[in-house]
Amino acid sequence: MPLVRVYVTLKPQLLDSAGRTVTGALQKLGFPEVKETRIGKLIELQIDEVDEARVKEMCDKLLANPVIEDYRIES
Amino acid sequence: MRVAVLRFPGSNCDQDAFFSLRDDMGFGAEYVWHEETSLRGFDAVFIPGGFSYGDYLRCGAMASRAPIMTEVARFAEEGRPVIGACNGFQILCEAGLLEGALLLNAGQKFVCRSVELKAINRSSLWTRGVDRNLQIPIAHGEGRFVCDEFTLARLQDEDRIAFRYVGASPNGSVDNIAGIVNRKGNVLGLMPHPERATRTVLGNKDGRLILQALALVAA
Repeated sequence: MPLVRVYVTLKPQLLDSAGRTVTGALQKLGFPEVKETRIGKLIELQIDEVDEARVKEMCDKLLANPVIEDYRIES
Repeated sequence: MRVAVLRFPGSNCDQDAFFSLRDDMGFGAEYVWHEETSLRGFDAVFIPGGFSYGDYLRCGAMASRAPIMTEVARFAEEGRPVIGACNGFQILCEAGLLEGALLLNAGQKFVCRSVELKAINRSSLWTRGVDRNLQIPIAHGEGRFVCDEFTLARLQDEDRIAFRYVGASPNGSVDNIAGIVNRKGNVLGLMPHPERATRTVLGNKDGRLILQALALVAA
């Protein structure tokens, strides 16, 4: 069955406070080269038949919130 | 005055709202399950706090697509009172009944304490009776209100900022926003919990100044 991946990321201008915590943790673990971390979501969809327009509709209706997030579809 | 207290899987302030509305405020209150499709017989809606659907995907996202929310949108469109506190605010934003969204607090921590609120809008159904600053409890991890600059300018120009936090922001919200109303002023979303501050034994009754708005609405 075809697999579609949807990557959902917080808009770049918004503070990712979870990411900031992870940056701090990585630095404390001895990775001072890490300056910023941004955490997104990977959503994997098993779909009968891939229709990109319909996947886009799924993103717009539920999977991403356009107020705070961007998404990218990979099929 | 009969208030529908919505219940989603994961709501956890539904009983607080129910007892506050019924016992402290003296209104009729009834639970309405999220799979219901009608609000017939109700005069107002309270969307309580909690972690509806475990905050899966985004806080409020799944709940905002539940069957009852189509009816809440219709109810709100008629100009009838709708209030969402905490997760209820997140649900109203996700449902598109209010602008913006709520993100993880800027300080990363879950914040649980009382905050001082200043009513900015003084003419909406929900805020016209708030004649002084209020002390209201907050308890949230995702309460950082965000919206783009155009939306913020519109909220300011249209006098739709219902409440701001007084002093340092507990969560990093843009413009220190604690709650907003829709254009008609009948839909209020706010992170603080007015339903947790309506009883003497709890040491604070400031929440009454918000919920008493319902007493002035013709049932």
